[in-house]
Amino acid sequence: MAVAFSARGLAKRYGSVRALGGVDVTVEEGELVGLLGPNGAGKSTLVKIGCGLVRPSSGAAEVCGARAGSREARAAMGYLAELFRFPGWCSADELLLLHQRLASSRGGEPERSELLELVGLTDARSRRVEDMSKGMQQRLGIAQALVGTPRMLFLDEPTSALDPSGRRTVRGLLEELRRRGVAVLLNSHLLSEVELVCDRVIILHRGEVVTAGRTEELAKPRGVEVDVDGGMRHYDGVGREDVPRIVAELVAGGEKVYGVRVLTSTLEEIYLEAVEGESS
Amino acid sequence: MRGVAIIAAYALQESLRRKVLSIVLVLTAAFLGLYGFGLYKAYATIDPFQQESIGASSVFIDARVLFSATFFGLSMFGSLFLATVLAIFLTHAVVRGDAERGLLQPLVVRPVGRPAVLAGRFAAAAIACCVYVACVYAGALLITHAVTGWWPDRILQPAVELAGAVIVLVALSLLGSVFLSAIANGIAVFMIFGAGLVAGLLGQIGEALNSDSLDTIANVSSWALPFEALYQDGLNAITADTAGFTRAALSLGPFGGAQSAGVTLAPFVIGYVAILALAALFGFRRRDL
Repeated sequence: MAVAFSARGLAKRYGSVRALGGVDVTVEEGELVGLLGPNGAGKSTLVKIGCGLVRPSSGAAEVCGARAGSREARAAMGYLAELFRFPGWCSADELLLLHQRLASSRGGEPERSELLELVGLTDARSRRVEDMSKGMQQRLGIAQALVGTPRMLFLDEPTSALDPSGRRTVRGLLEELRRRGVAVLLNSHLLSEVELVCDRVIILHRGEVVTAGRTEELAKPRGVEVDVDGGMRHYDGVGREDVPRIVAELVAGGEKVYGVRVLTSTLEEIYLEAVEGESS
Repeated sequence: MRGVAIIAAYALQESLRRKVLSIVLVLTAAFLGLYGFGLYKAYATIDPFQQESIGASSVFIDARVLFSATFFGLSMFGSLFLATVLAIFLTHAVVRGDAERGLLQPLVVRPVGRPAVLAGRFAAAAIACCVYVACVYAGALLITHAVTGWWPDRILQPAVELAGAVIVLVALSLLGSVFLSAIANGIAVFMIFGAGLVAGLLGQIGEALNSDSLDTIANVSSWALPFEALYQDGLNAITADTAGFTRAALSLGPFGGAQSAGVTLAPFVIGYVAILALAALFGFRRRDL
Protein backbone atom coordinates (compact mmCIF):
# COMPACT_ATOMS: atom_id res chain seq x y z
CA MET A 1 0.00 0.00 0.00
CA ALA A 2 1.30 3.46 -0.89
CA VAL A 3 1.42 6.07 1.84
CA ALA A 4 -1.06 8.91 1.40
CA PHE A 5 -0.03 10.92 4.46
CA SER A 6 2.95 10.61 6.72
CA ALA A 7 4.31 12.68 9.57
CA ARG A 8 7.70 12.05 11.11
CA GLY A 9 8.79 13.67 14.35
CA LEU A 10 6.25 16.41 13.78
CA ALA A 11 6.39 19.10 16.44
CA LYS A 12 4.67 22.46 16.74
CA ARG A 13 4.90 25.17 19.33
CA TYR A 14 2.70 28.27 19.52
CA GLY A 15 4.92 30.51 21.59
CA SER A 16 5.36 28.74 24.91
CA VAL A 17 2.52 26.29 24.23
CA ARG A 18 3.50 22.89 22.84
CA ALA A 19 0.75 21.70 20.48
CA LEU A 20 2.61 18.70 19.04
CA GLY A 21 5.68 17.08 20.49
CA GLY A 22 7.22 14.85 17.83
CA VAL A 23 4.37 12.87 16.31
CA ASP A 24 4.74 9.95 13.88
CA VAL A 25 1.62 9.15 11.87
CA THR A 26 0.98 7.24 8.66
CA VAL A 27 -2.19 6.91 6.59
CA GLU A 28 -2.12 4.51 3.68
CA GLU A 29 -4.07 4.88 0.46
CA GLY A 30 -7.65 3.74 0.85
CA GLU A 31 -7.34 3.71 4.62
CA LEU A 32 -9.77 5.47 6.93
CA VAL A 33 -8.03 6.58 10.10
CA GLY A 34 -9.76 8.18 13.06
CA LEU A 35 -7.89 10.87 14.96
CA LEU A 36 -9.07 11.10 18.54
CA GLY A 37 -8.09 13.06 21.58
CA PRO A 38 -9.35 15.58 24.10
CA ASN A 39 -9.58 19.29 23.31
CA GLY A 40 -6.11 20.78 22.94
CA ALA A 41 -4.51 17.41 22.18
CA GLY A 42 -3.08 18.71 18.90
CA LYS A 43 -5.47 17.01 16.47
CA SER A 44 -6.41 20.11 14.49
CA THR A 45 -2.78 21.25 14.45
CA LEU A 46 -1.74 17.91 12.94
CA VAL A 47 -4.47 18.18 10.29
CA LYS A 48 -3.56 21.81 9.54
CA ILE A 49 0.10 20.92 9.09
CA GLY A 50 -0.97 18.21 6.66
CA CYS A 51 -2.94 20.83 4.68
CA GLY A 52 -0.13 23.38 4.72
CA LEU A 53 -2.10 25.86 6.85
CA VAL A 54 0.34 25.64 9.77
CA ARG A 55 4.12 25.35 9.56
CA PRO A 56 5.69 22.71 11.79
CA SER A 57 8.36 23.78 14.27
CA SER A 58 10.29 20.61 13.43
CA GLY A 59 9.77 17.30 11.69
CA ALA A 60 8.30 16.65 8.28
CA ALA A 61 4.94 15.80 6.77
CA GLU A 62 4.16 14.50 3.31
CA VAL A 63 0.96 14.13 1.33
CA CYS A 64 1.09 11.56 -1.47
CA GLY A 65 4.89 11.82 -1.57
CA ALA A 66 5.04 15.63 -1.71
CA ARG A 67 6.00 17.97 1.11
CA ALA A 68 2.87 19.05 2.99
CA GLY A 69 1.90 22.55 1.89
CA SER A 70 3.59 22.28 -1.51
CA ARG A 71 1.54 22.79 -4.65
CA GLU A 72 1.74 19.06 -5.46
CA ALA A 73 0.52 18.13 -1.99
CA ARG A 74 -2.34 20.63 -2.18
CA ALA A 75 -3.36 19.25 -5.57
CA ALA A 76 -3.61 15.74 -4.09
CA MET A 77 -5.71 16.57 -1.03
CA GLY A 78 -9.08 17.82 0.08
CA TYR A 79 -9.85 19.52 3.37
CA LEU A 80 -12.82 20.42 5.49
CA ALA A 81 -11.92 22.70 8.39
CA GLU A 82 -13.48 22.41 11.82
CA LEU A 83 -14.47 26.08 11.77
CA PHE A 84 -15.20 26.97 8.19
CA ARG A 85 -17.48 29.42 6.48
CA PHE A 86 -18.43 29.86 2.87
CA PRO A 87 -19.52 33.20 1.38
CA GLY A 88 -23.22 33.56 2.05
CA TRP A 89 -23.98 35.04 -1.37
CA CYS A 90 -22.72 31.93 -3.21
CA SER A 91 -25.05 29.14 -4.26
CA ALA A 92 -23.97 25.53 -3.70
CA ASP A 93 -23.28 25.14 -7.41
CA GLU A 94 -21.28 28.38 -7.62
CA LEU A 95 -19.17 27.38 -4.64
CA LEU A 96 -18.29 24.03 -6.16
CA LEU A 97 -17.57 25.75 -9.49
CA LEU A 98 -15.15 28.14 -7.74
CA HIS A 99 -13.35 25.22 -6.12
CA GLN A 100 -13.25 23.33 -9.39
CA ARG A 101 -11.46 26.32 -10.92
CA LEU A 102 -9.08 26.65 -7.98
CA ALA A 103 -8.30 22.93 -8.10
CA SER A 104 -8.05 22.92 -11.93
CA SER A 105 -10.65 20.18 -11.95
CA ARG A 106 -12.00 19.21 -15.35
CA GLY A 107 -15.00 17.46 -13.84
CA GLY A 108 -17.36 20.20 -14.94
CA GLU A 109 -21.07 20.02 -14.31
CA PRO A 110 -21.17 16.19 -13.96
CA GLU A 111 -18.70 16.32 -11.08
CA ARG A 112 -20.72 19.02 -9.31
CA SER A 113 -23.94 17.05 -9.73
CA GLU A 114 -22.32 13.87 -8.47
CA LEU A 115 -20.87 15.59 -5.40
CA LEU A 116 -24.15 17.28 -4.54
CA GLU A 117 -25.91 13.94 -4.88
CA LEU A 118 -23.30 12.23 -2.71
CA VAL A 119 -23.99 14.63 0.16
CA GLY A 120 -27.73 14.78 -0.43
CA LEU A 121 -27.89 18.37 -1.65
CA THR A 122 -29.17 17.88 -5.19
CA ASP A 123 -32.32 19.88 -4.43
CA ALA A 124 -30.28 22.71 -2.88
CA ARG A 125 -28.07 23.25 -5.92
CA SER A 126 -29.21 26.83 -6.47
CA ARG A 127 -29.75 27.69 -2.83
CA ARG A 128 -27.47 30.33 -1.38
CA VAL A 129 -25.19 29.33 1.47
CA GLU A 130 -26.76 31.93 3.78
CA ASP A 131 -30.15 30.25 3.29
CA MET A 132 -28.81 26.81 4.27
CA SER A 133 -28.92 25.20 7.70
CA LYS A 134 -25.63 24.53 9.47
CA GLY A 135 -25.96 20.85 8.66
CA MET A 136 -26.46 21.57 4.96
CA GLN A 137 -23.43 23.84 4.98
CA GLN A 138 -21.40 21.08 6.57
CA ARG A 139 -22.47 18.62 3.88
CA LEU A 140 -21.63 21.23 1.25
CA GLY A 141 -18.23 21.54 2.94
CA ILE A 142 -17.65 17.83 2.48
CA ALA A 143 -18.65 18.10 -1.19
CA GLN A 144 -16.24 21.02 -1.56
CA ALA A 145 -13.44 18.95 -0.03
CA LEU A 146 -14.06 16.24 -2.63
CA VAL A 147 -13.72 18.56 -5.63
CA GLY A 148 -10.91 17.46 -7.92
CA THR A 149 -10.99 13.83 -6.74
CA PRO A 150 -8.43 14.10 -3.94
CA ARG A 151 -6.34 11.06 -2.95
CA MET A 152 -6.02 12.22 0.64
CA LEU A 153 -8.88 13.78 2.55
CA PHE A 154 -8.50 15.66 5.85
CA LEU A 155 -11.81 16.01 7.65
CA ASP A 156 -11.82 18.03 10.85
CA GLU A 157 -15.03 17.33 12.80
CA PRO A 158 -17.14 16.81 9.66
CA THR A 159 -20.25 15.61 11.48
CA SER A 160 -20.34 18.03 14.41
CA ALA A 161 -23.38 19.94 13.11
CA LEU A 162 -25.20 17.01 11.53
CA ASP A 163 -28.34 15.28 12.75
CA PRO A 164 -28.37 11.45 12.96
CA SER A 165 -29.60 11.17 9.38
CA GLY A 166 -26.86 13.49 8.14
CA ARG A 167 -24.25 11.49 10.06
CA ARG A 168 -25.48 8.33 8.44
CA THR A 169 -25.13 9.98 5.02
CA VAL A 170 -21.54 10.94 5.85
CA ARG A 171 -20.78 7.42 7.11
CA GLY A 172 -22.03 6.00 3.83
CA LEU A 173 -19.96 8.57 1.98
CA LEU A 174 -16.80 7.66 3.91
CA GLU A 175 -17.34 3.98 3.11
CA GLU A 176 -17.78 4.89 -0.56
CA LEU A 177 -14.53 6.88 -0.46
CA ARG A 178 -12.68 3.93 1.03
CA ARG A 179 -14.07 1.76 -1.76
CA ARG A 180 -12.63 4.26 -4.26
CA GLY A 181 -9.22 4.12 -2.60
CA VAL A 182 -9.29 7.60 -1.04
CA ALA A 183 -7.35 7.90 2.22
CA VAL A 184 -9.14 9.78 5.01
CA LEU A 185 -7.84 11.24 8.25
CA LEU A 186 -10.98 11.85 10.27
CA ASN A 187 -10.64 14.11 13.27
CA SER A 188 -13.68 13.59 15.47
CA HIS A 189 -14.96 13.61 19.01
CA LEU A 190 -17.73 11.20 18.08
CA LEU A 191 -16.24 7.89 19.14
CA SER A 192 -19.21 5.89 17.90
CA GLU A 193 -18.77 7.33 14.41
CA VAL A 194 -15.09 6.55 14.38
CA GLU A 195 -15.66 3.05 15.70
CA LEU A 196 -18.22 2.37 12.99
CA VAL A 197 -16.23 3.49 9.96
CA CYS A 198 -12.51 3.72 10.70
CA ASP A 199 -9.93 1.05 9.94
CA ARG A 200 -7.55 2.40 12.55
CA VAL A 201 -7.52 4.97 15.29
CA ILE A 202 -4.81 7.28 16.55
CA ILE A 203 -5.29 8.79 19.99
CA LEU A 204 -3.43 12.01 20.69
CA HIS A 205 -2.99 13.48 24.12
CA ARG A 206 -0.94 16.56 25.00
CA GLY A 207 0.67 16.53 21.58
CA GLU A 208 1.78 12.89 21.70
CA VAL A 209 0.41 9.72 20.16
CA VAL A 210 -0.64 7.68 23.19
CA THR A 211 -2.36 4.83 21.37
CA ALA A 212 -2.64 3.76 17.74
CA GLY A 213 -3.90 0.69 15.95
CA ARG A 214 -6.95 -1.21 14.75
CA THR A 215 -9.85 -1.07 17.20
CA GLU A 216 -10.02 -4.85 17.55
CA GLU A 217 -6.28 -4.96 18.29
CA LEU A 218 -6.56 -2.26 20.91
CA ALA A 219 -9.63 -3.79 22.54
CA LYS A 220 -8.99 -5.70 25.75
CA PRO A 221 -10.95 -8.90 26.60
CA ARG A 222 -13.75 -8.38 29.08
CA GLY A 223 -14.89 -12.01 29.33
CA VAL A 224 -17.53 -14.12 27.61
CA GLU A 225 -21.31 -14.13 27.93
CA VAL A 226 -23.22 -17.32 27.18
CA ASP A 227 -26.97 -17.46 26.72
CA VAL A 228 -28.27 -20.67 28.31
CA ASP A 229 -31.64 -21.89 29.66
CA GLY A 230 -31.14 -20.21 32.99
CA GLY A 231 -30.30 -16.84 31.38
CA MET A 232 -26.99 -15.13 30.63
CA ARG A 233 -23.91 -16.63 32.25
CA HIS A 234 -20.81 -14.42 32.48
CA TYR A 235 -17.23 -15.77 32.45
CA ASP A 236 -14.52 -13.34 33.51
CA GLY A 237 -10.87 -13.52 32.58
CA VAL A 238 -11.42 -15.50 29.39
CA GLY A 239 -11.26 -14.60 25.70
CA ARG A 240 -12.34 -15.71 22.26
CA GLU A 241 -9.97 -18.68 22.31
CA ASP A 242 -11.75 -20.05 25.38
CA VAL A 243 -15.22 -20.13 23.77
CA PRO A 244 -15.06 -23.69 22.29
CA ARG A 245 -13.97 -25.10 25.63
CA ILE A 246 -16.67 -23.23 27.60
CA VAL A 247 -19.41 -24.27 25.16
CA ALA A 248 -18.20 -27.90 25.15
CA GLU A 249 -18.24 -27.99 28.96
CA LEU A 250 -21.73 -26.51 29.12
CA VAL A 251 -23.12 -28.94 26.52
CA ALA A 252 -21.41 -31.83 28.27
CA GLY A 253 -23.08 -30.68 31.49
CA GLY A 254 -26.51 -30.88 29.84
CA GLU A 255 -27.01 -27.15 29.19
CA LYS A 256 -28.54 -25.84 25.98
CA VAL A 257 -26.45 -22.98 24.50
CA TYR A 258 -28.41 -20.36 22.53
CA GLY A 259 -25.67 -17.80 21.94
CA VAL A 260 -22.19 -16.71 22.87
CA ARG A 261 -20.82 -13.14 22.96
CA VAL A 262 -17.17 -12.35 23.36
CA LEU A 263 -16.90 -9.13 25.36
CA THR A 264 -14.16 -6.60 24.60
CA SER A 265 -13.56 -3.04 25.64
CA THR A 266 -15.32 -0.41 23.51
CA LEU A 267 -13.50 2.40 21.75
CA GLU A 268 -14.77 4.71 24.45
CA GLU A 269 -13.10 2.57 27.09
CA ILE A 270 -9.89 2.38 25.04
CA TYR A 271 -9.95 6.15 24.63
CA LEU A 272 -10.61 6.91 28.28
CA GLU A 273 -7.98 4.43 29.39
CA ALA A 274 -5.43 5.99 27.06
CA VAL A 275 -6.21 9.57 27.94
CA GLU A 276 -6.92 9.23 31.64
CA GLY A 277 -4.08 6.73 32.07
CA GLU A 278 -1.74 9.32 30.58
CA SER A 279 -3.24 12.09 32.70
CA SER A 280 -2.83 10.15 35.93
CA MET B 1 -1.67 34.09 -13.29
CA ARG B 2 -4.72 31.89 -13.76
CA GLY B 3 -5.13 31.58 -10.00
CA VAL B 4 -4.85 35.36 -9.58
CA ALA B 5 -7.56 35.91 -12.21
CA ILE B 6 -9.88 33.36 -10.53
CA ILE B 7 -9.50 34.98 -7.11
CA ALA B 8 -9.85 38.50 -8.54
CA ALA B 9 -13.04 37.52 -10.38
CA TYR B 10 -14.36 35.89 -7.20
CA ALA B 11 -13.61 39.03 -5.14
CA LEU B 12 -15.26 41.32 -7.71
CA GLN B 13 -18.27 39.01 -7.90
CA GLU B 14 -18.48 39.14 -4.11
CA SER B 15 -18.51 42.95 -4.18
CA LEU B 16 -21.28 42.96 -6.77
CA ARG B 17 -23.39 40.28 -5.11
CA ARG B 18 -23.09 41.82 -1.68
CA LYS B 19 -24.27 45.09 -3.25
CA VAL B 20 -21.14 46.86 -2.01
CA LEU B 21 -20.58 48.53 -5.37
CA SER B 22 -24.29 49.31 -5.85
CA ILE B 23 -24.49 51.10 -2.50
CA VAL B 24 -21.25 52.94 -3.21
CA LEU B 25 -22.55 54.02 -6.63
CA VAL B 26 -25.84 55.31 -5.19
CA LEU B 27 -24.06 57.28 -2.47
CA THR B 28 -21.52 58.60 -4.96
CA ALA B 29 -24.32 59.77 -7.25
CA ALA B 30 -25.70 61.63 -4.23
CA PHE B 31 -22.26 63.14 -3.58
CA LEU B 32 -21.90 64.30 -7.18
CA GLY B 33 -25.45 65.66 -7.17
CA LEU B 34 -24.77 67.70 -4.04
CA TYR B 35 -21.43 68.81 -5.46
CA GLY B 36 -23.11 70.03 -8.64
CA PHE B 37 -25.88 71.76 -6.72
CA GLY B 38 -23.43 73.48 -4.37
CA LEU B 39 -21.18 74.48 -7.24
CA TYR B 40 -24.07 75.93 -9.22
CA LYS B 41 -25.41 77.91 -6.27
CA ALA B 42 -21.98 79.21 -5.26
CA TYR B 43 -21.02 80.12 -8.83
CA ALA B 44 -24.16 82.23 -9.13
CA THR B 45 -22.87 84.42 -6.29
CA ILE B 46 -19.55 85.41 -7.89
CA ASP B 47 -18.57 87.71 -10.74
CA PRO B 48 -16.27 85.67 -13.01
CA PHE B 49 -14.58 88.83 -14.34
CA GLN B 50 -14.12 90.51 -10.98
CA GLN B 51 -11.06 92.80 -10.52
CA GLU B 52 -9.34 92.61 -7.16
CA SER B 53 -7.43 95.49 -5.54
CA ILE B 54 -4.20 94.81 -3.73
CA GLY B 55 -2.93 97.94 -2.04
CA ALA B 56 -3.26 100.94 -4.32
CA SER B 57 -3.07 99.03 -7.57
CA SER B 58 -5.79 97.11 -9.29
CA VAL B 59 -4.79 93.58 -10.41
CA PHE B 60 -6.61 90.96 -12.39
CA ILE B 61 -7.46 87.68 -10.68
CA ASP B 62 -9.41 85.24 -12.80
CA ALA B 63 -12.23 84.57 -10.36
CA ARG B 64 -13.66 81.83 -12.58
CA VAL B 65 -10.37 79.86 -12.48
CA LEU B 66 -9.92 80.55 -8.78
CA PHE B 67 -13.45 79.39 -8.00
CA SER B 68 -13.44 76.37 -10.33
CA ALA B 69 -9.99 75.09 -9.33
CA THR B 70 -10.83 75.45 -5.65
CA PHE B 71 -14.09 73.57 -6.02
CA PHE B 72 -12.53 70.95 -8.26
CA GLY B 73 -9.75 70.49 -5.69
CA LEU B 74 -12.50 69.87 -3.14
CA SER B 75 -14.05 67.25 -5.41
CA MET B 76 -10.64 65.57 -5.79
CA PHE B 77 -10.33 65.40 -2.04
CA GLY B 78 -13.85 63.94 -1.88
CA SER B 79 -12.99 61.39 -4.59
CA LEU B 80 -9.86 60.28 -2.76
CA PHE B 81 -11.67 60.07 0.55
CA LEU B 82 -14.53 57.99 -0.85
CA ALA B 83 -12.14 55.73 -2.77
CA THR B 84 -10.13 55.27 0.44
CA VAL B 85 -13.25 54.16 2.27
CA LEU B 86 -13.97 51.69 -0.53
CA ALA B 87 -10.36 50.45 -0.58
CA ILE B 88 -10.35 49.85 3.17
CA PHE B 89 -13.67 48.03 3.19
CA LEU B 90 -12.60 45.79 0.32
CA THR B 91 -9.28 44.82 1.87
CA HIS B 92 -9.19 45.31 5.64
CA ALA B 93 -10.15 41.70 6.43
CA VAL B 94 -8.56 39.85 3.51
CA VAL B 95 -6.09 37.73 5.49
CA ARG B 96 -6.48 37.72 9.27
CA GLY B 97 -10.13 38.75 9.31
CA ASP B 98 -11.15 36.11 6.76
CA ALA B 99 -8.96 33.49 8.46
CA GLU B 100 -10.64 34.20 11.81
CA ARG B 101 -14.04 33.75 10.18
CA GLY B 102 -12.96 30.53 8.43
CA LEU B 103 -13.41 31.94 4.93
CA LEU B 104 -9.77 31.87 3.91
CA GLN B 105 -8.69 28.30 4.72
CA PRO B 106 -10.79 26.54 2.05
CA LEU B 107 -9.21 28.81 -0.59
CA VAL B 108 -5.54 28.65 0.39
CA VAL B 109 -5.42 24.85 0.62
CA ARG B 110 -6.18 24.73 -3.09
CA PRO B 111 -3.23 24.42 -5.51
CA VAL B 112 -3.40 28.15 -6.44
CA GLY B 113 -1.83 28.90 -3.05
CA ARG B 114 -1.33 31.95 -0.92
CA PRO B 115 0.48 34.29 -3.33
CA ALA B 116 -2.35 33.97 -5.86
CA VAL B 117 -4.98 34.60 -3.20
CA LEU B 118 -3.21 37.75 -2.06
CA ALA B 119 -2.47 39.00 -5.57
CA GLY B 120 -6.02 38.27 -6.69
CA ARG B 121 -7.54 40.20 -3.82
CA PHE B 122 -5.12 43.09 -4.47
CA ALA B 123 -5.98 43.13 -8.18
CA ALA B 124 -9.73 43.08 -7.51
CA ALA B 125 -9.59 45.89 -4.96
CA ALA B 126 -7.23 47.97 -7.12
CA ILE B 127 -9.43 47.55 -10.21
CA ALA B 128 -12.64 48.39 -8.31
CA CYS B 129 -11.09 51.44 -6.61
CA CYS B 130 -9.37 52.77 -9.74
CA VAL B 131 -12.52 52.47 -11.84
CA TYR B 132 -14.44 54.11 -9.02
CA VAL B 133 -12.06 57.03 -8.56
CA ALA B 134 -11.88 57.56 -12.32
CA CYS B 135 -15.68 57.68 -12.55
CA VAL B 136 -16.05 60.13 -9.65
CA TYR B 137 -13.22 62.28 -11.05
CA ALA B 138 -14.81 62.31 -14.51
CA GLY B 139 -18.22 63.10 -13.03
CA ALA B 140 -16.88 66.02 -11.00
CA LEU B 141 -14.88 67.25 -14.00
CA LEU B 142 -17.92 67.29 -16.29
CA ILE B 143 -20.12 68.91 -13.65
CA THR B 144 -17.51 71.61 -13.00
CA HIS B 145 -17.15 72.31 -16.72
CA ALA B 146 -20.92 72.35 -17.24
CA VAL B 147 -21.38 74.92 -14.47
CA THR B 148 -18.31 77.16 -14.91
CA GLY B 149 -17.00 76.35 -18.39
CA TRP B 150 -13.55 75.70 -16.90
CA TRP B 151 -11.22 72.82 -17.71
CA PRO B 152 -8.21 72.00 -15.54
CA ASP B 153 -4.77 72.56 -17.09
CA ARG B 154 -4.11 68.78 -16.95
CA ILE B 155 -7.02 66.41 -17.19
CA LEU B 156 -5.59 62.88 -17.30
CA GLN B 157 -2.64 63.27 -14.95
CA PRO B 158 -4.67 64.06 -11.78
CA ALA B 159 -6.99 61.10 -12.45
CA VAL B 160 -4.04 58.74 -12.86
CA GLU B 161 -2.44 60.09 -9.70
CA LEU B 162 -5.63 59.73 -7.69
CA ALA B 163 -5.85 56.13 -8.91
CA GLY B 164 -2.21 55.64 -7.91
CA ALA B 165 -2.94 57.06 -4.46
CA VAL B 166 -5.76 54.57 -3.99
CA ILE B 167 -3.54 51.69 -5.10
CA VAL B 168 -1.02 52.69 -2.42
CA LEU B 169 -3.82 52.63 0.16
CA VAL B 170 -5.03 49.23 -1.08
CA ALA B 171 -1.49 47.86 -0.70
CA LEU B 172 -1.17 49.37 2.80
CA SER B 173 -4.50 47.89 3.85
CA LEU B 174 -3.62 44.46 2.44
CA LEU B 175 -0.32 44.48 4.29
CA GLY B 176 -2.11 45.47 7.48
CA SER B 177 -4.65 42.67 7.00
CA VAL B 178 -1.84 40.10 7.26
CA PHE B 179 -0.87 41.21 10.76
CA LEU B 180 -3.88 43.00 12.25
CA SER B 181 -7.45 42.03 12.99
CA ALA B 182 -10.03 43.49 10.62
CA ILE B 183 -11.16 46.32 12.91
CA ALA B 184 -7.64 47.25 14.00
CA ASN B 185 -6.47 47.30 10.39
CA GLY B 186 -9.39 49.46 9.21
CA ILE B 187 -8.73 51.97 11.98
CA ALA B 188 -4.97 51.92 11.34
CA VAL B 189 -5.31 52.61 7.60
CA PHE B 190 -7.82 55.40 8.22
CA MET B 191 -5.41 56.97 10.71
CA ILE B 192 -2.54 56.68 8.24
CA PHE B 193 -4.73 58.31 5.61
CA GLY B 194 -5.57 61.10 8.06
CA ALA B 195 -1.91 61.55 8.96
CA GLY B 196 -1.06 61.92 5.27
CA LEU B 197 -3.74 64.57 4.80
CA VAL B 198 -2.58 66.50 7.85
CA ALA B 199 0.99 66.40 6.52
CA GLY B 200 -0.27 67.76 3.19
CA LEU B 201 -2.11 70.58 4.94
CA LEU B 202 1.03 71.38 6.91
CA GLY B 203 2.92 71.63 3.64
CA GLN B 204 0.32 74.03 2.22
CA ILE B 205 0.48 76.14 5.37
CA GLY B 206 4.29 76.04 5.18
CA GLU B 207 4.12 77.21 1.57
CA ALA B 208 1.82 80.10 2.49
CA LEU B 209 3.97 81.08 5.49
CA ASN B 210 7.24 80.37 3.69
CA SER B 211 8.25 78.03 6.52
CA ASP B 212 11.10 75.66 5.65
CA SER B 213 10.44 73.47 8.71
CA LEU B 214 6.83 72.82 7.77
CA ASP B 215 7.86 72.22 4.17
CA THR B 216 10.42 69.63 5.29
CA ILE B 217 7.90 67.85 7.54
CA ALA B 218 5.37 67.78 4.71
CA ASN B 219 7.94 66.52 2.20
CA VAL B 220 9.18 63.70 4.40
CA SER B 221 5.60 62.71 5.24
CA SER B 222 4.59 62.79 1.59
CA TRP B 223 7.40 60.42 0.61
CA ALA B 224 6.73 58.16 3.57
CA LEU B 225 3.04 58.07 2.65
CA PRO B 226 3.14 58.61 -1.11
CA PHE B 227 -0.62 58.58 -1.60
CA GLU B 228 -0.45 62.12 -0.22
CA ALA B 229 2.37 63.06 -2.62
CA LEU B 230 0.29 61.71 -5.52
CA TYR B 231 -2.77 63.65 -4.38
CA GLN B 232 -0.75 66.85 -3.98
CA ASP B 233 0.88 66.36 -7.38
CA GLY B 234 -2.53 65.84 -8.97
CA LEU B 235 -3.87 68.91 -7.22
CA ASN B 236 -0.93 70.90 -8.47
CA ALA B 237 -1.50 69.63 -12.03
CA ILE B 238 -5.01 71.05 -12.36
CA THR B 239 -3.56 74.59 -12.31
CA ALA B 240 -0.08 73.73 -13.63
CA ASP B 241 -0.21 76.43 -16.33
CA THR B 242 -1.99 79.07 -14.23
CA ALA B 243 0.24 82.00 -13.43
CA GLY B 244 0.23 85.53 -12.05
CA PHE B 245 -2.03 86.81 -9.31
CA THR B 246 -4.58 84.06 -9.94
CA ARG B 247 -1.89 81.51 -9.12
CA ALA B 248 -0.90 83.46 -6.02
CA ALA B 249 -4.53 83.64 -4.88
CA LEU B 250 -4.96 79.91 -5.50
CA SER B 251 -1.95 79.06 -3.36
CA LEU B 252 -3.61 80.84 -0.41
CA GLY B 253 -6.77 78.71 -0.69
CA PRO B 254 -7.47 75.38 1.03
CA PHE B 255 -6.55 73.40 -2.09
CA GLY B 256 -3.77 75.67 -3.33
CA GLY B 257 -0.12 75.51 -2.47
CA ALA B 258 0.17 71.92 -3.63
CA GLN B 259 3.64 71.06 -4.85
CA SER B 260 4.73 69.12 -7.88
CA ALA B 261 6.56 65.99 -6.75
CA GLY B 262 8.70 65.71 -9.85
CA VAL B 263 9.48 62.82 -12.14
CA THR B 264 10.84 60.57 -9.39
CA LEU B 265 7.40 60.13 -7.82
CA ALA B 266 6.11 57.49 -10.25
CA PRO B 267 9.07 55.09 -9.91
CA PHE B 268 9.12 55.70 -6.17
CA VAL B 269 5.43 54.76 -5.87
CA ILE B 270 5.94 51.62 -7.98
CA GLY B 271 8.83 50.57 -5.74
CA TYR B 272 6.85 51.47 -2.60
CA VAL B 273 3.87 49.33 -3.65
CA ALA B 274 6.21 46.48 -4.65
CA ILE B 275 7.86 46.54 -1.21
CA LEU B 276 4.46 46.56 0.51
CA ALA B 277 3.35 43.64 -1.66
CA LEU B 278 6.50 41.65 -0.93
CA ALA B 279 6.19 42.33 2.80
CA ALA B 280 2.54 41.20 2.71
CA LEU B 281 3.48 38.07 0.79
CA PHE B 282 6.33 37.26 3.15
CA GLY B 283 4.11 37.76 6.21
CA PHE B 284 1.25 35.77 4.68
CA ARG B 285 3.52 32.85 3.77
CA ARG B 286 4.76 32.56 7.33
CA ARG B 287 1.38 33.00 8.94
CA ASP B 288 -0.26 30.01 10.60
CA LEU B 289 -3.92 29.79 9.67
